Amino acid sequence: MAYSPKVIDHFQNPRNVGSLPKDDPHVGTGLVGAPECGDVMKLQIRINPATGVIDEVKFKTFGCGSAIASSSLVTEWLKGRTLDQALAISNSDIAEELELPPVKIHCSVLAEDAIKAAIADYQKKRETKAGVAAVR
Amino acid sequence: MKLPIYMDHHATTPVDPRVLEAMLPYFTQEFGNAASRNHAFGWAAEKAVEQARQQVADLVGATAKEIVFTSCATEANNLALKGVAAMYAEKGNHIVTCVTEHKAVLDPCHQLEKQGFRVTYLPVEHDGLIDPGELRAAITPKTILISIMTANNEIGVIQPVAEVGAIAKEHGILFHTDAVQAIGKVPFDVDDVKADLVSLSGHKFYGPKGVGALYVRRRNPRVLLAEQISGGGHERGMRSGTLNVPGIVGLGKAAELCRLEMAEEGPRLRRLRDRLSEKLHQGLDGIYVNGSLEHRLPHNLNVSFAYVEGESLLMGINDVAVSSGSACTSASLEPSYVLKALGAGDDLAHSSIRFGLGRWTTEEEVDYVAEKVTAVVRRLREMSPLYELMKEGVNL
Repeated sequence: MAYSPKVIDHFQNPRNVGSLPKDDPHVGTGLVGAPECGDVMKLQIRINPATGVIDEVKFKTFGCGSAIASSSLVTEWLKGRTLDQALAISNSDIAEELELPPVKIHCSVLAEDAIKAAIADYQKKRETKAGVAAVR
Repeated sequence: MKLPIYMDHHATTPVDPRVLEAMLPYFTQEFGNAASRNHAFGWAAEKAVEQARQQVADLVGATAKEIVFTSCATEANNLALKGVAAMYAEKGNHIVTCVTEHKAVLDPCHQLEKQGFRVTYLPVEHDGLIDPGELRAAITPKTILISIMTANNEIGVIQPVAEVGAIAKEHGILFHTDAVQAIGKVPFDVDDVKADLVSLSGHKFYGPKGVGALYVRRRNPRVLLAEQISGGGHERGMRSGTLNVPGIVGLGKAAELCRLEMAEEGPRLRRLRDRLSEKLHQGLDGIYVNGSLEHRLPHNLNVSFAYVEGESLLMGINDVAVSSGSACTSASLEPSYVLKALGAGDDLAHSSIRFGLGRWTTEEEVDYVAEKVTAVVRRLREMSPLYELMKEGVNL
């Protein structure tokens, strides 16, 4: 596969690899993809409760070079964004930035799904917490 | 040691310099058409072709007249399958083959199915080998051909072809074997295997690309084929077209070198292959050799590195040329159908790497590749969510 220099850079020097504590109430975790499909992404965001801004992002990805690059790229983009701004990131932005070949577009779709899943997980935690508070 | 390292000898091999040397005069000085019967240019070309025919025959225990030159093994497979199907259609319409065959066998079989032939695709066991009992059970009075490869191009396993040949004989059915990966690497004799048709290719054993051959048995039984390329009746009417004289000379020379050097080359490659396997196993957990190690080509190693995707591994070891069964390395975006057929699961197919050692592979190269692969697998596992989940005890 002939990849763009940006994909190769993200693959060789992935940004923000690692994990955040998934039980932290301010952390949202998105785990998307399936091993049998050859792509699994775990994306974690931490939201600063005071500002509502994403202040920490980590990822781990099982997948091809463009899957790793797509997830590495979105970790860079997510930092400093509000959740609404994060949701505005689309797969075509990712594909365009990394100059992904057509057969690799699904990697950028997966990265977008991972963002949405992480935010959904965070919001679910908030709702559960709010629910618990209301019962009390 | 020179980088990048080539360790993909199942895909193709470099031309041996001795082969190239033998070929060169046939481009410029001895350029004649082997079918030109009336002058010295043609005679010289024909003589060279007949010598090559003998050299190829000697490698597989055949007689020269049983060798039909083709442009490649894909053509040889097509000629064998379609040629038999058309010639023996009155006798029956059933063919038995195997799910892990090369596409050059499977695709012609699919075409024949569209024409009304029935094809049974035998499954393989976890070790990649067919069960001869299943073959017996698949045979019907309408079966005209059994096509089972000698060695698999991905996992290098060697099928029990002698047993298959014996079963075919017992039932009076023709037996074709795609022996592209085995010939020149391990001893192969058409009589030991009781093969009626055998496909081979020059560029898989240090000959040039663009030339292959089909062995077509002439006695017990005499196999008849319907030609698939017509136009002049070359190659005893089985394959028309001006002969690729330099290519054929190269194929012949390559066959001769393999015949003379196989006894030394095979064990050397086996030692290197085993060394590679041992080093990988020493450095890493969660690695699986795909296919039987016992019934296997000496220069093949196919390994799945769990929790790591194959294409990313190839990217990480970019100064080593190998192949992967990962979907991301295929045009179809499907993982290797061969590995899937072993029942290992798609995830392990995505994680597989095929190493193919060759005539000039050195111990130093093997050690370099083992170290590099080990380091890159470790790095990729550190960033693999599956590896993390496994470490946390989550059942994937």
